[in-house]
Amino acid sequence: MGPDPDTEETDIARQVAFRGGGFAPTPYRWIGLAVFVVLVGLAEIGTQSGFISPLTLPKPSDVLLTFAELYDSGLLWTHLAPSLTRLAVGAALGATLGIGLGVLIGLFSYIRAGMVPLVAAIFPIPKIALLPLFVIWFGIDEASKYALIAFGTFTPTVVATYGAVDNVDRTLIRMGQSFGMSWKSIVRKIILPGAMPGILSGLRISLAIAIILLVAAEMLGAEHGIGAYILEAGALYNLERLFAGVVILSLLGVLLSTAIGAIERYVLRWRT
Amino acid sequence: MDIRLSGISHSYGDLEVLRNISLDVPSGKIVCIVGPTGCGKSTLLRLIGGLETPSKGSVLQLGVPAEDCLNPLTYVFQDFALLPWRSVAGNVSLVLEDHDLSRAETRKTISDVLARTKLTDFARALPKQLSGGMKQRVAIARALAVKPAVMLMDEPLSALDSQTRELLMDDLVALWTRQPFSAVYVTHNLDEAVRMGHSIVVLSRRPGQIREVIHLEKPLDERSYGDSDLQFRQKYLWNLMRDEAKAADSELINV
Ligand SMILES: Nc1ncnc2c1ncn2[C@@H]1O[C@H](COP(=O)(O)OP(=O)(O)OP(=O)(O)O)[C@@H](O)[C@H]1O
Ligand SMILES: [Mg+2]
Repeated sequence: MGPDPDTEETDIARQVAFRGGGFAPTPYRWIGLAVFVVLVGLAEIGTQSGFISPLTLPKPSDVLLTFAELYDSGLLWTHLAPSLTRLAVGAALGATLGIGLGVLIGLFSYIRAGMVPLVAAIFPIPKIALLPLFVIWFGIDEASKYALIAFGTFTPTVVATYGAVDNVDRTLIRMGQSFGMSWKSIVRKIILPGAMPGILSGLRISLAIAIILLVAAEMLGAEHGIGAYILEAGALYNLERLFAGVVILSLLGVLLSTAIGAIERYVLRWRT
Repeated sequence: MDIRLSGISHSYGDLEVLRNISLDVPSGKIVCIVGPTGCGKSTLLRLIGGLETPSKGSVLQLGVPAEDCLNPLTYVFQDFALLPWRSVAGNVSLVLEDHDLSRAETRKTISDVLARTKLTDFARALPKQLSGGMKQRVAIARALAVKPAVMLMDEPLSALDSQTRELLMDDLVALWTRQPFSAVYVTHNLDEAVRMGHSIVVLSRRPGQIREVIHLEKPLDERSYGDSDLQFRQKYLWNLMRDEAKAADSELINV
């Protein structure tokens, strides 16, 4: 029998205070969107009321109008299509080569010894600085843009990939060996899937870099493309257009990041 | 197929881990190895299975393994070593895929070993959905699938709570009774040793040497939790090991 709650509770029984809260990331989906909406709303109110001068920031509603015009005139597609192609070709090339070299570095000590210092030397070079070189090597056309984007995605992918391969649980590899699995099977069935989480999170960064380089490449010489569009708008101090272009880039970034998130959820659904 | 260790010594650099171990693992018997922490039990098991080579001495396979044996020396690891991205059935099929078996054979082997380890209903589950005891049963199923001549078990039950361990010990005994297998069974749990071992090898502290080999005649399936004669043996083992364990525990670890 416990103590009678009526008589004793007041002087000795006290609820133990809860102190285990926090430090546990919880997904609140809509807060991100709300922050956006509030910021854009504030900008709209500020510009409408004249508190923010139109030379500082365009009206969000005007940006939206510009965007609608762009869409109606069909120019949106004219600019977006070449940009997306460049991004897709360049990033795919860079990521594929990067994952390939990264896996080789992870697997073979000689390749590691030879390539890691080289990659470390290339990594910090701002790739944009090399654009003129690429133009000389690959011509002024698309090839140099592909090369720039590919090169920019390549190095971070390499580093992320060999790190991921290094982090594959050694006991699983031991297990594979102890069951007499062939080298090829161990690589294909244990090392590659085990490195997947690291490779995918590396890809997130690489793709963001790819977008940055895409714009840079287009600013330096392209008739069409989001970068060219932004450059032109900037030269004319047409802030509405400039912001419309920037919004497209942001959307592109969010879209790619969401796509990778979806791939991660699917490919890594085995993770706890 | 028997395993014979003759005069095995092993060192890591200056650190002498094992000294002059000679031992036979007769086919169809379970040999338990107990010893204080750090005395080289895991190392010995790695030497037996060919994951490392001894500095001195040799490990011999006497006779040939059975015709259908796919991997004569097969490990069961303490931490299960399951691929988290593969289902229960996928983890078993992993070790069969490198052998040329027909699809039907593979499927038959998988369903057979899953039935023997009572996992049939969980064939499609991922490791993250399983309890520790079930994970180890998957690892045992995987080991059985390659029809090993000798099972090398390194503290297979140490990561489990004591009730689960008790249940899994019964499972192992049942498996053995249905179809005797040879095993080298490393443990630090003396209760496990007297329940599972046909013979028990007591190692001294590092460098590990054989202190004594004890034989238990009582059939495995007649041993049970709390048997007085087993407890007597267990007490004897503990007396053998107590001082070694104490000394081993207070040694500085030089890694
Ligand atoms: N690869 C290695 N390189 C160097 N030293 C090692 C290596 N593996 C093990 N050792 C050392 O050898 C000794 C024996 O290790 P081992 O893991 O075989 O002991 P054990 O008997 O299995 O111990 P435990 O009961 O803690 O599992 C330890 O002192 C350990 O530090
Ligand atoms: Mg050990």
